[in-house]
Amino acid sequence: MAGEPYQVDRAQAMIASPIASADWLIVVPVVLPIICGALLLMFRHRMRIHAFIALAALALMTGANALMLRRVLADGPFSMTMGGWLPPFGISFTADVLGVSFALVGSAVAWICCLYSLCDIDRTGRRYGFYAFLMLMMAGVNGAFLTGDIFNLYVWFEVFLISSFGLLILGSEKAQIDGAVKYAILNLVATTLFLIATGYLYGTFGTLNMADLARKVGGVSETAPLMTLSALYLLAFSMKAAAFPVNFWLPASYHTPRIVTAALFGGLLTKIGIYALLRSMILIFPVERAAYSMPIAIVAGATMILGALGALAQSDLRRMVGFLVISGVGVMLSGLALGSEGGLAGMAFYALNSMVVMTALYVLAGTMRVAGAGFSLQELGGLYRARPLLAAIAFLLILAAAGLPPASGLWPKIVLVKASIGEGAGWLAASILVSGFLTTMALGRVFLLAFWRPANVSLPVVAVPSLPLAVLLLLLLPVLLVGLYPEPVIAMSVSAARGLLDPSAYIQAVFPQGGG
Amino acid sequence: MEAVLSLLVALFFAAGIYLMLSRHLIRILLGIVLFGNAVNLLIFTNGRLTRGTPPIVPPDLMTSAGPVANPLPQALILTAIVISFSFFSFLLVVVYRAYQDLGTDDTDEMRVAEPADEAPPPMGY
Repeated sequence: MAGEPYQVDRAQAMIASPIASADWLIVVPVVLPIICGALLLMFRHRMRIHAFIALAALALMTGANALMLRRVLADGPFSMTMGGWLPPFGISFTADVLGVSFALVGSAVAWICCLYSLCDIDRTGRRYGFYAFLMLMMAGVNGAFLTGDIFNLYVWFEVFLISSFGLLILGSEKAQIDGAVKYAILNLVATTLFLIATGYLYGTFGTLNMADLARKVGGVSETAPLMTLSALYLLAFSMKAAAFPVNFWLPASYHTPRIVTAALFGGLLTKIGIYALLRSMILIFPVERAAYSMPIAIVAGATMILGALGALAQSDLRRMVGFLVISGVGVMLSGLALGSEGGLAGMAFYALNSMVVMTALYVLAGTMRVAGAGFSLQELGGLYRARPLLAAIAFLLILAAAGLPPASGLWPKIVLVKASIGEGAGWLAASILVSGFLTTMALGRVFLLAFWRPANVSLPVVAVPSLPLAVLLLLLLPVLLVGLYPEPVIAMSVSAARGLLDPSAYIQAVFPQGGG
Repeated sequence: MEAVLSLLVALFFAAGIYLMLSRHLIRILLGIVLFGNAVNLLIFTNGRLTRGTPPIVPPDLMTSAGPVANPLPQALILTAIVISFSFFSFLLVVVYRAYQDLGTDDTDEMRVAEPADEAPPPMGY
């Protein structure tokens, strides 16, 4: 390097002051699992410590997310931009109520799943890196919920997607390979559509920072192809969320892997699609979302009814739960179709509830397999007499999935039905109720056949190990607590919806001086 | 220049989508490669094309004197290339394994996970 040293004024591009130590919290849920995932790969052969490292990391992640939630509920969103660059030049991580509440429930559910994996993942699964994949997937999931940059969101999508491929084929059974081919190809197409939309978004706005986009979208020229852009995002994220015409990868694959993997996928991954829809369609494209309100409502209605009908037609428990995941996505999409504060709050609340309940249903299916004779309703029977505690848990979970009291599924449905009627969309309210009725029928039949029907084969005499029951109780506890006292979660969801509808606080967090 | 590249992107997309509509996995894979490269070119074109002016600020100036080429699309494309390459290599392995295990590359015949003759649940007992 020859030449004289010269002075450069960096104030226009770089952050001069050091980042406040409290802001560093926002990267913990992403950096921690990446480090632990790398560590687990390095200690690949010391399989005994894998689960403990993963459990500890997930507990710390949950704690960090809980601290962040307390902060955003009290003081509003906060942001940190990487590398000392000023936004929008650096990649921002921005925590608001919506993202942090999703990340918190996601990490907590993953911790509980990790507990369940102790009895579900054998030595072979550990040797082939179950816990490393789990850690990297959680890095992707948390990154997607916390990032404030839409290209970065694409990167986190790919991070959790490629880790989920690894989890999906762990075991290499024929059905897994078959499911993985369809899951991998269709999800790759969905994320590529996301990338196409992001390429056009960059070409139109010249920025990829979500807060920057939110404040620039009003002033963009009349000829900008915003309807096309929002349609592409709608398609890409609906595919990821498994909405009706583009949902066929989910029933093809979610029943094939290990139960803990299916529980994680069913609980977390479709909700990232829902989160991305909220972020893109409400924060960046509110006007276009209103224009697409009717098509979204039709897709929502079709998804919830056809998902529930699909669940009615299945005799394999895992496949039935897969269709229930789809049906739940339809209910969430109805909130996006409404777009009002109540609709969005109901959508966020339902997504949080669904993370816990769908995970619990998969774990329940796995426990019923251990306690009974398999996954098929043709064979299961006699569980009510043999396993009364399991029957009680199953009954409460069925109420939760169907949205009946005293479980938490009731309240988001009430919020959504009320919002639909308020917006004059009575048919949408009716389809939410009909899909709840069909879900009750499908799951009620599980109870009838698997629990009440006398056993046609003699049940295995081994007692159900206590760990799955403990995991089910852990998942049931928040469901019942929120079902009996929903007020704090409703307030949180309303605050998340307000933060999306009025992004001024979000923009203020990223651009404190209004510059950029 | 943008118009020519746009046509090329359209051609890539058309060929990629046509191949992905096939039932045979190997054609779907080739379609995915074309599709991925179409997106890379699309991002590149969306960053606007400026030739012959590298984005380097001379030492004695605070900003460059005239318009320079946009360096950001290349960073985006590099990320996208790395991701799509790793996905593609994973897909190649899975598809080859599927061909070995399931004995077909026709997606219509891959019914191990979703058997066509699965009985509906019992109507009563």
